[in-house]
Amino acid sequence: MPKEIFELQDREVWDGNYAASQAMRQAQVDVMAAYPITPSTPIVENYGNYVANGYIDGEFVMVESEHAAMSACVGASASGGRVATATSSQGFALMAEVLYQASGMRLPIVLNVVNRALASPLNVRGDHADMYLGRDSGWIQLGAFNAQEAYDLALCAFKIGEDHSVRLPVMVHQDGFITSHTAQNVYPLSDEEAYKFVGDFKPVDDMLDFSRPVTYGAQTEEDWHFEHKAKQHKALMDSRPVIDKVFEEFEKISGRKYNRVESYMMEDAEVALVGLGTTVETARVAAKQLRDEEGIKAGVVAIRNFRPFPFDLVRDALENVKSVGVTDRSSPGGAMGFFFNEVSAALYTTPKRPLVTNYIYGLGGRDFSIEDAKNIFREQKANADAGYITTDIQQFSGLRGPKLGFFQTKRS
Amino acid sequence: MTEIRWHSRAGQGAVSGAKGLGDVVATTGKEVQAFALYGSAKRGAALRAYNRIADEQIFNHAKFMYPDYVLVIDPALAMTDDITMNDKETTKYIITTHLSKEELIKEIPALQGKEDRVYVVDCIQISLDTIKRSMPNSPMLGAFVKVSGMFELDYFLENMKRVLKKFPQKIIDANMEAITRAYNEVK
Repeated sequence: MPKEIFELQDREVWDGNYAASQAMRQAQVDVMAAYPITPSTPIVENYGNYVANGYIDGEFVMVESEHAAMSACVGASASGGRVATATSSQGFALMAEVLYQASGMRLPIVLNVVNRALASPLNVRGDHADMYLGRDSGWIQLGAFNAQEAYDLALCAFKIGEDHSVRLPVMVHQDGFITSHTAQNVYPLSDEEAYKFVGDFKPVDDMLDFSRPVTYGAQTEEDWHFEHKAKQHKALMDSRPVIDKVFEEFEKISGRKYNRVESYMMEDAEVALVGLGTTVETARVAAKQLRDEEGIKAGVVAIRNFRPFPFDLVRDALENVKSVGVTDRSSPGGAMGFFFNEVSAALYTTPKRPLVTNYIYGLGGRDFSIEDAKNIFREQKANADAGYITTDIQQFSGLRGPKLGFFQTKRS
Repeated sequence: MTEIRWHSRAGQGAVSGAKGLGDVVATTGKEVQAFALYGSAKRGAALRAYNRIADEQIFNHAKFMYPDYVLVIDPALAMTDDITMNDKETTKYIITTHLSKEELIKEIPALQGKEDRVYVVDCIQISLDTIKRSMPNSPMLGAFVKVSGMFELDYFLENMKRVLKKFPQKIIDANMEAITRAYNEVK
């Protein structure tokens, strides 16, 4: 137990980093191995501070790189402790190899990812390039849209990943600077409530249990590798009801309800914007204003749970709209935006197959304003009225210079 | 929704000022946002900090805003930065300067015609006198409290004491004096 009690108000003004670090404290993380990088540095810095000042009975492990940070997390988690860390961008990229090790060994590590662009050019601001880089790593990925959610979801992450039917690592994403360095009202749980919700860490096959020796990260070739990966994929898919259950339990103690797919004003929506991160909330403001001011029946669909991808819920949320703009905050690297592709695949299996277009926006922290969101809705409205896609299928939104877009609908 | 834009240099405390203001506003039951936009954060580089204040939860995460208040805490930035960017017919300006209001407006054509919405206060001198170093953020808060009428001065001071509680008493007292002086001297 910690030696010192941290003084908390019912209502705090915290930025996303501080909110995440408070969740780490309340969950009483046993080991954090970390290497600092902007904009996620304060999360690990604060954890170190809490350990040094007696607010956490835990250990901060200093390492020489993010690769080593995640490696130490793997070791600590396999030994049987509650383990978490944080990173961004280049640090995330350097961790990538070990991310796959962690998920393959089924270690419930929590990684706070403060999303930031990947160089080059060097850029410390928020986009989703690092989050996308993690999408095939076998981790559960949750997305926060503001500081409150960065706190709430970090607590949920432990409970989801450590569930014995899941046993998978979990990333909690927040937008660099836009969430991580923006102070907003945050309503924390008390330490008792939060810890009771997360619960004691219950290890499975911990390496420090010398009476029952186990091996982690053994070699398998074509004889067993495929079966292991299939089982791991199934575990990810089967985590969906556990995530739902944890969100329900969290609502009971906090009054705040999370869903794997969040729908806003979608009941009668004719056009929709699909997004991730803080963009979602800005788009909600735009949708409301357009309904009031221009009579456009706009709605917003947000993916809270990026992995396992909620294919069926995305379909349910969008199958009755006429035109959908899917937003990707990551450089698409010579393809349609990846998020566009996933949403399109889901909608292709619906009877009505809405029109879907792709917007690349906000790279390297480029601002995404209410007016930018409105323009996306207005273009969807034009598509809905025309019955076909009136613009390029992939467009760049908020780019300076000549308009950039690719591909048009094939019409007979 | 009240929107505020701070013009400052890195190291002058605009980010802390915006967060401190947010902290106090939150105690009144309102929702707040405080954030900053800086390049590579070198001391002395121009930066902007922002506040949003509303009765409902704030969902807009854009940096873009039409500010209700523009707070300039570096005297030179009033001349070199685009302080009237995206302003409205009602935007109020509080500017740190040793000049009189008339002298200042004469130097800044963009403020001409907005005389009744421009307020001046010498936050640099006030902070040198009270805090004993150039830290114009606290005095600016005092001036803002006066101009906006958002709080009673005593209420604001009480809550700022809580925000600053990790500092030694001497520093807290100096900040209270700085806020009070700017509250009384802004015109």
